[in-house]
Amino acid sequence: MSEYKVNLKINDIPVTVDAGTTVLEAAKKLDFKVPTLCYHTDLCIAGNCRVCVVEQVGAKTLIASCATPVSEGMEIRTNSKLVRQARKHIIELLLSEHNADCTKCYKNGKCELQDLASEYRIGDHAFLDLVGGRLGMVDELSPSIIKDDSKCIRCQRCVKTCAEIQGVSALTVAYKGDRQKISTFLDHPLVEVICTNCGQCVNRCPVGALVEKNYVDEVWDAINDPQKFVVVQTAPAVRVAIGEELGYEPGTRLTGNLVTALKRLGFSSVLDTDFTADLTIIEEGTELLTRLKKVLVEKDDSVKLPMTTSCSPGWIKFIEHFYPDFISHVSSCKSPQQMFGALAKTYYAQKKGIKPESMVVVSIMPCTAKKYEADRPEMRSSGFKDVDYVLTTRELGMMIKQAGVNFQNLDESPYDSIMGESTGAGVIFGVTGGVMEAALRTVYEIVTGREVPFNNLNVVPVRGMEGVREATLKIEGCQPEWDFLEGVELRTVVAHGLANARKVMQAVKEGKSEYHFIEIMACPGGCLGGGGQPIPTNPEIREKRAKAIYCEDENLPIRKSHENPEVQLVYEDFLGSPNSHLAHQLLHTHYTERERF
Amino acid sequence: MTDVKKIINRTIREYGKERQALMPMLQAIVQVKNHLDDGDMIAVAEALNLSAAEVFGTASFYTFLDTEPRGKYIIRVCKTISCHMAGKDEIIKVLEKHLRIKVGQTTRDNMFSLLTVNCLGWCHKGPVMLVNDDVYPELTPKSAIEIIESYISRK
Amino acid sequence: MMECNKLKRVDIIFCRKGFDLFEVVEKALSRDPDDLISDMIDSGLKGRGGAGFPTGLKWKLARNEEQDEKYVVCNADEGEPGTFKDREILDQVPEKVFGGMAICAYTIGAKKGYIYLRGEYNFLIPKLTEKLEIFNRSLKQIGLDFTIRLRSGSGAYICGEESALFESMEGKRGEPRNKPPYPTVQGYLGKPTVINNVETLVYAFMISRIGPEAFKEMGTKDSRGSKVFSISGDTPRPGIYELELGMTVEDFVNEFGDGDTKAVQVGGASGGCIPRKDFPNTIIGYEGIPTGGSMMLFNSSRSMYNVLHNYLEFFTEESCGQCTPCRVGCQQLLKGIESVKKGDRPPSYLRELVKLAKTMKIAAKCGLGQSVANPFVSIIKNYKEEIIH
Ligand SMILES: Cc1cc2nc3c(=O)[nH]c(=O)nc-3n(C[C@H](O)[C@H](O)[C@H](O)COP(=O)(O)O)c2cc1C
Ligand code: SF4
Ligand code: FES
Repeated sequence: MSEYKVNLKINDIPVTVDAGTTVLEAAKKLDFKVPTLCYHTDLCIAGNCRVCVVEQVGAKTLIASCATPVSEGMEIRTNSKLVRQARKHIIELLLSEHNADCTKCYKNGKCELQDLASEYRIGDHAFLDLVGGRLGMVDELSPSIIKDDSKCIRCQRCVKTCAEIQGVSALTVAYKGDRQKISTFLDHPLVEVICTNCGQCVNRCPVGALVEKNYVDEVWDAINDPQKFVVVQTAPAVRVAIGEELGYEPGTRLTGNLVTALKRLGFSSVLDTDFTADLTIIEEGTELLTRLKKVLVEKDDSVKLPMTTSCSPGWIKFIEHFYPDFISHVSSCKSPQQMFGALAKTYYAQKKGIKPESMVVVSIMPCTAKKYEADRPEMRSSGFKDVDYVLTTRELGMMIKQAGVNFQNLDESPYDSIMGESTGAGVIFGVTGGVMEAALRTVYEIVTGREVPFNNLNVVPVRGMEGVREATLKIEGCQPEWDFLEGVELRTVVAHGLANARKVMQAVKEGKSEYHFIEIMACPGGCLGGGGQPIPTNPEIREKRAKAIYCEDENLPIRKSHENPEVQLVYEDFLGSPNSHLAHQLLHTHYTERERF
Repeated sequence: MTDVKKIINRTIREYGKERQALMPMLQAIVQVKNHLDDGDMIAVAEALNLSAAEVFGTASFYTFLDTEPRGKYIIRVCKTISCHMAGKDEIIKVLEKHLRIKVGQTTRDNMFSLLTVNCLGWCHKGPVMLVNDDVYPELTPKSAIEIIESYISRK
Repeated sequence: MMECNKLKRVDIIFCRKGFDLFEVVEKALSRDPDDLISDMIDSGLKGRGGAGFPTGLKWKLARNEEQDEKYVVCNADEGEPGTFKDREILDQVPEKVFGGMAICAYTIGAKKGYIYLRGEYNFLIPKLTEKLEIFNRSLKQIGLDFTIRLRSGSGAYICGEESALFESMEGKRGEPRNKPPYPTVQGYLGKPTVINNVETLVYAFMISRIGPEAFKEMGTKDSRGSKVFSISGDTPRPGIYELELGMTVEDFVNEFGDGDTKAVQVGGASGGCIPRKDFPNTIIGYEGIPTGGSMMLFNSSRSMYNVLHNYLEFFTEESCGQCTPCRVGCQQLLKGIESVKKGDRPPSYLRELVKLAKTMKIAAKCGLGQSVANPFVSIIKNYKEEIIH
C-alpha cells in the first residue's frame, strides 16, 4: 500500500486513508454504504452506471465514488439532497429500460436493481417505458446460459468478466447511443460463438440478463416419476457453498446436511462426484506416468507433454477454440461428472440391478459449463445420455426451498454406497491446485512407494490464489519399475481463470516453459468460484470456501485417491486395471477442434 | 491472397500489430468494400489477436464502419439542424424517389445506399451530402439528382 | 455591468502574410520552453474546443510530467452541430496547425504528434498527408525530433471528447474515461498528452509570432483574444468569421441576423439557446455564454420544438451509451417531449424532464451527457408554449 496518507471528510466525519483509495472505499471504512451496480471487486473500474455518485463540496458535478480517488481536504456528502435526487433518477432510468417483470423473473428476490428500487422506493414508473423493442430478445439456445437483453442494464460487468478474468471476450459492447447493447460477435447465439459456458458472467450479472438455464422442473418430474430411479451426485465445491443459498456464512461446511436434504428431496440414491474425482486421479495419474514413460524412455513423439488436466469443461471448450493444436496435450480423462454418469448407468446399474434406461442421473455442480458438457455427443458411453440433468448449486438451493426442507435442523447423513465413498484428495478437486495436489499425492507414492514429501500431505506450493503458480517436485528413490524418473524434477503449473490459462498456454506454445503437468480450472479459485455457485462472489468469499475445502480434506480419514476402497473395488469388480480397455471406453473421451470465432 | 488479407498486411506494416492498428485496418477495408462482413472481421481479429466480438463491438460503434452490406456508393445526407432548416427533407425525398429506395436501403443493383447522418460540418452550405468520401454542399433537389446521375454514368 | 466589446473582425487565424512559417517555429525553438509557457499563460489563451481550459497551464502540466514518452494530439474531430471552422482552418492554413503542434511538442518534450481528423473530412487526407510530409521533413532539418501523423475517425461525435478520442486512437470504442487522471497525466496510451483543438493550436502558433501582449489586448478579462465563429441557420451571411471575443449577442445578431432573429443557439447542440429578450445582456465569451464557435440563428418561422427534437435525436444517437444518465436520459428527454406534444403526458411532465436534465448535468460521466441540459433547459424555459402545442 501507499505510504502517502490522505485526509478527507465524509459526511463531516474526518478520515485518513492511503493515497489511491477511492471515495467509495473511504466511505466504506466509515460504514457509509454507497450503492453500486457496475462496480465489482473482481473487475477493473467502469464508473458507468453512475449509481454511486456522491457530492464533492465545491465541485461542479457529482462524482462517481467508485472511480474517483480521494484527494487531500476533500469533503464528501454521500446522502445530500442532490445525491438522493440524482440516484433516484438514475435508478428510475435504469428501470425504464429494464424489463421489470419482477415476479416472472428468474432473479426475482436476487436482483441488485430490484433491491435498489425497493430501497429508494421507486413507485409508479416516473419515466416512459423504453423496453419495447427489446422484449423477446432472448437467447435460450445454449444449454448453459440464457441471455435476455430486455433485462440488461448495460453495466458491462459481464463484458469485463469475459475479457479480464477469462480472456475470452465472447461478449462485447456493440453499437452506441440508444442502440448500444451487450452482444456476441454479430449477435450470434452464445452456442455459436467462443463462449466457454463458464458462467462467470452469470455470477456477476446484477440483474436477470444472464442466468443459468434451469432444469429444476425436469428434475422434479424425474423424482416424481415412480418408473425412474434418480441418482444424484454432488461435486466437491457444492458442499462448502450451498449454505450461502440458505442463509449461512460463506465457507460453512455442510456435507452431511446436504446429503440428508437430497434424500428428503426424494432422490433414490445420493452419491458423490468426489468418488469419481478419486477415480480421475487414478486414471489421469496413470496416463501421466504412461506419457512420461513414452516421452522420456521410448522417445515417442506422438505422445505429448506437458499434459493438462481435463476436468474443467470451460477449459476444454477454451482449448478447443483457442489452442486446437494442443488438444493432444489434454488428458483424455473425462471429468469426474462424466465418469460418474458413465459408471452409474453401467457399473452401478448392474450392481444394484437397475435398468439403465430407467435411471436418471442428476448432478449438482458449481458450474454452468457442466450443463454443456453433459450434452456433448461424446458423453453417451453407457449407451444413454450419461448425465441427464446438471443443476447448479443455486438451482439446488431453489429445490431445497421449494421442498420446504429446513436445512438448519437436518441431521447429517453419509453418502450412499457404492460410489459414495471419497477421500480428501477428491474433495480438493473443488479448489484451484487441488487436482494437482491430489495427483501428486498419488503419483509420487506410486513411483517412490513413499508419501509425498510434505507435512501432513499438504502440498502447499500448489495452493493459494495466485493466478499462475509453478511448483517443482524432485522425484527421488524410485521403485525399480519407475527408475527412469529417478532424479527427475517434475515441473508443474497451476492456473485458474482462463485469462491465466491463456498465459500458461502461450508460454507453452512459444516454448518458453517446459512443464510436465498443467492443472487448469476455468473459474477463479477453481470450482469453488464456479459459474454455478452462489452469488455474490469475490476474493474473500472464495478464500473462505477454499479454507472450508482444505478443512474438509484434513478431516477425512483417507486423503489419497488410491486408498479409496470403493475405487479399488470398481477396478477389481468391473474395470480391471487403470487405463484398461473398459476404462478407456467409459472414462476417457476425445476433443473437437473448434473455430476461433 | 484476397484483397482483405492484403489490406491487413499492409496496415500491419504501417501501424504494427498492436490494437492501435485496428481503426486504420477497418477503415482501409471499408474504403475498398464499403462495409465489413463476418469474414473481414474474423480476419482482422486473427491478425491483431483480438476476439471477433471485440472487433465487431468496436466497428459497430462507428457510423462509417458499417457491418451491414452497402452499395458501391453510400449517400449520406446530413440530417442535423442547420441542414434540416436548409431543406434536407426535400433532398431525401427526391433521392428516395429517384433511387426507388427508402433511407437505410440499398438499390437492387447494389449501386447506391441511402443513409442519413449527423452533422457533416457544412452547416453554412446545407443541405449537404457525402457520396463515399466526396462532399456535395448547397444541394438543391435538381443538383442532388444530377450528382447521382453522374455516378450512374461513371459506373 | 460586465465588460463587453463591440463586434470587431479580426484576421489572425487565416492570415498568412508578413511572416515565414518556419521562421516562427525556429524562433520559438530557440527560446526556453518555460518562457514559451509563460507567454502562453500570459496571453490568457483558453482552449477553443469548447471546454476553455487555459492552454498555457495545460502545456505546463504536461511539461512537468517526468516521462520519456509524451504526445501532442490535435483534436480535429469537429463534430459539434453548427461547427465547421476547423475544417476550414485545416484546409486553408494547415501549416499553422502543424506549427502550433511543433511548438507544443518542444515545450513539453514530445516526439510524436497526431491529428485526429473526423471521418467526415476524409477528403482532406490527401492534401494534409502531402503537407505533413513536407513539414515533418523540414522539422528534421531544423533539428526537432518530432513527427506528426494523421489518424482518422469514423463517424462518432463523442470521439471529440478527449479521452474518448484516445480510446478511439487506441483501437477501441470511443467511450470516455473516468477523470482523473487527466490527459496531461495519462492520455494516449496512458502517457502524458496535450490535446488541443485545431484553432487553439493556431492561436498558440500566432502568439509565438505576435507575442502575448497583442493577443491579450483583444477580448475581455475572462475571454482574451479572438475566436473563429461558424455561423449558420437563418442568416444572410452564413460562413466563417474571426471576431474579437466579448461582444453581446445583440451586436452579433445585428450583424448576422436576418432582421427576424428570435433565438441564437450558442455553442452548438450542446450549447445554450439565447432568446431574443436576453440578446443585449448576454456576452459571448467565458464570462457569459462560452462557445466552441458554433452560432446558429433561428428566425420566427422556426419551431423550437423541431429544433430541440433535432438536438435530442442527435444526442440520443451520438451518446456513447456507457453511462446511465446520458444513454437513457437522452431517450427519455426525446420521447418525453414527443409524448407531451402528442398529449400523452401532461405539460407538467416537462418539469420532471427539466429535473432529469439537471441530474444529467451533474451525474453523467462526460461532457456530452452533462451538456444536454444546456439546450434542453434553455429551450423549455423560453419556448414552453411551442413545445406543448
Ligand atoms: C462530447 C464532446 C465533444 C467534443 N468534441 C470536440 C471536438 O470536436 N473538437 C475539440 O477540439 N474539442 C472537443 N471537445 C472538447 C475536448 O474534450 C477537449 O476539451 C479539447 O479538445 C481540448 O482542447 P482545447 O483546450 O484546445 O479546447 C469535446 C468535448 C465533449 C465533451
Ligand atoms: S455522458 Fe454520454 S457520452 Fe459521456 S460517457 Fe456518459 S453515455 Fe457516454
Ligand atoms: S458503481 Fe460507480 S459508476 Fe457504477
